[in-house]
Amino acid sequence: MSTFTLSDAALARPSSPPPTETEAREHLLRTAEALRWQVGQDFHEKMMEDIYTNAARLADRAVTQPDEKPRFDLDRTIDRIVTSRTWGFPLMILLFAVVFWITIVGANYPSQWLADLLIGTIYPLLQQGAAAIGLPWWLSGILIDGMYLTAAWVVSVMLPPMAIFFPMFTLLEDFGYLPRVSFNLDKMFHKAGAHGKQSLSMMMGFGCNAAGVISTRVIDSPRERLIAIITNNFAICNGRWPTQILIATLFIGVLVPSYLAGIVSALAVVGIAVLGVFLSFVISWGLSQTMLKGEVSTFSLELPPYRPPQILKTIYTSVIDRTLSVLWRAIVFAVPAGAVIWLSANVMIGSVSIAEYLINFLNPVGILVGLNGVILLAYVFAIPANEIVIPTVLMLTVLVLGNGGEGAGVMFEPDAAQIKTLLTAGGWTLLTAVNLMLFSLIHNPCSTTLFTIYKETGSKKWTAVSALLPLALGFLVTFFVAQIWRLVAGMF
Amino acid sequence: MTEQLPKPSPTACTTCPMHNAGNLLKLGINMDNWDYVVALAGNPNTGKSTVFNALTGLHQHTGNWPGKTVARAEGGFSYGGFKYKLVDLPGTYSLLSTSLDEEVARDFILFGQPDVTIIVVDATRLERNLNLALQALEITDRAVVCLNLIDEARRHGLQVDDRRLARDLGVPVVPTNARQGEGLDDLLKAVNDVATGQTVCKPYRIKTRSPQLRQAIETLTREVEKTFPNLPNARWVALRLLDGDQNIIQAVRSGELGELAQTEPDAGKRIELEVVPA
Repeated sequence: MSTFTLSDAALARPSSPPPTETEAREHLLRTAEALRWQVGQDFHEKMMEDIYTNAARLADRAVTQPDEKPRFDLDRTIDRIVTSRTWGFPLMILLFAVVFWITIVGANYPSQWLADLLIGTIYPLLQQGAAAIGLPWWLSGILIDGMYLTAAWVVSVMLPPMAIFFPMFTLLEDFGYLPRVSFNLDKMFHKAGAHGKQSLSMMMGFGCNAAGVISTRVIDSPRERLIAIITNNFAICNGRWPTQILIATLFIGVLVPSYLAGIVSALAVVGIAVLGVFLSFVISWGLSQTMLKGEVSTFSLELPPYRPPQILKTIYTSVIDRTLSVLWRAIVFAVPAGAVIWLSANVMIGSVSIAEYLINFLNPVGILVGLNGVILLAYVFAIPANEIVIPTVLMLTVLVLGNGGEGAGVMFEPDAAQIKTLLTAGGWTLLTAVNLMLFSLIHNPCSTTLFTIYKETGSKKWTAVSALLPLALGFLVTFFVAQIWRLVAGMF
Repeated sequence: MTEQLPKPSPTACTTCPMHNAGNLLKLGINMDNWDYVVALAGNPNTGKSTVFNALTGLHQHTGNWPGKTVARAEGGFSYGGFKYKLVDLPGTYSLLSTSLDEEVARDFILFGQPDVTIIVVDATRLERNLNLALQALEITDRAVVCLNLIDEARRHGLQVDDRRLARDLGVPVVPTNARQGEGLDDLLKAVNDVATGQTVCKPYRIKTRSPQLRQAIETLTREVEKTFPNLPNARWVALRLLDGDQNIIQAVRSGELGELAQTEPDAGKRIELEVVPA
């Protein structure tokens, strides 16, 4: 990924060349300069024109066009519908809603099986095993109640939605739909003072923000590239989709009769994703008016042909590449986090554990913005990876409720319905759920993304802006939502 | 493809597989255990990543949209007893290095001097794809054109005459359908032949209509050749200098272009030989 620059090589040269060589080179450059005056300003255009003419002639010699144009061009017909002014946006929202709906409905059962297996069956076995070989309570606490349990939660909460969502998203991508989405959004990006290619990097961001940040390399203007980098965070990434899906299922889907639950939860997730796109526009516009003023450059966006996706291959690669690699990353971060959570719940300062102390410290701020101390602390633990937010929230909630098991901070309830009971007991309301979904959308990017931003921009200042701007905005939005919510709720 | 050719008599330096290891190391390429380095270049969304995966057996994610690959991906394969390192470059529409992805691709072909550059072109959009191919052929004379998505072209009723294209371009042209693995054996053979010097290319040179431009280019090309006698792509350097390309001006000033020339002692000789594609 490292790019090679000429200056590096120049610096690496051991000694400067003898003067005659240098003179010859300078002479060459002077000749070039003189000739440039002769050929005039439009050399570049003339040359490009020549390249095009040459290419056209060669292509013409090699290619025999079909005798008759096909009467019906399927690609063009599809494009006319999916990029139409009237139908483009509704179709886009409908398509994504269907994808989320399938994910939400489909993920329910495997989630429960996994939880039953990993937490209901294996977890007690591990505890019995630890007791049988006489592990000290603190060691079995760190290993089993901390590390194993957090990892088990990550797997059972994250794996099923990912295994369903990623292949479907990849199929849409392979079919060629995503560039059409970019096409639909392009005009709005342009109005927001950003580069149209930002819609492409945003699409990448829906997979992973770090990848999205790297993909801004296709934008040649540094000003517009920075805008794209800073706002990439508003594209919900792999690590945040499951949080959105789970919370929407548990708290929003239950507001309506059960036959509508799936579709309403799906629409809630789509709503959050659309809000993210909207925020990208607003922030891009704001940046292009203030810190990053300048002209908008134009570009051409290629709409690739629709290609029938290779379904089995796509499912295989998206499971191997995306699902397992994201899951692996989540586990890698969850295991040490699990140990830290367990320790923070069991190391006492006076009569209060560190975790409780931190939660109580953060709680006033949390309540003010319609969240709570547990969620804020979970977000501190989850700086390396958004994937572990929900498992951490669950562990910490049990801790606050003072579950009377051996060692605090232990999760016992295995199935999805009981997660809700637990969270409700932890003081969660619909407002908490809505604000968690909002905060998950609008908060600082994970440390991997921030590191990538630093590598790409080479600037501490812009890295800091990329971290602090969304964080401040997240608090601002949740704060106002909470105040208005409470005001309205108080009137009834 | 190469039977009628007089065997070129390469000197020890260019046949030695490691002749260019120094520059590649600088570009961050680990050269342990590799005999030849092959670069994959082409327009966005022509199936470069699919070719890469098909040749290496890796599963780099491919997507049906332009701009999928912005960084380099690396993999390897072996053929004819040699071990090849394959480098997937970002897909770009030109090599004029106006954006970072173009710069990554351009710098790799120019300074990395891969043993072979596979230029992947979309058979259904040949005209537009040749713009990049022609630029690449100005930079390197060791190239193979992979005429990919040939199945899609057939489906659209297009007939692409790959032999004529090969004659015109002066480099081997191999039709492929990388998604289904068609034509990849021929592609490997062509790459191997160019890498080992059995096929010697004589790439097409961009022709200009304006006599004034032509003269300026010729004059400056001679100057570049005088200053850097063994540079394989003097004409291209002249073109870039006339365009006022700051990167290239800097490379001339620092003498880095001169270093490139030193790794190619018999480049002048090799250009004399002509390829007669099958």
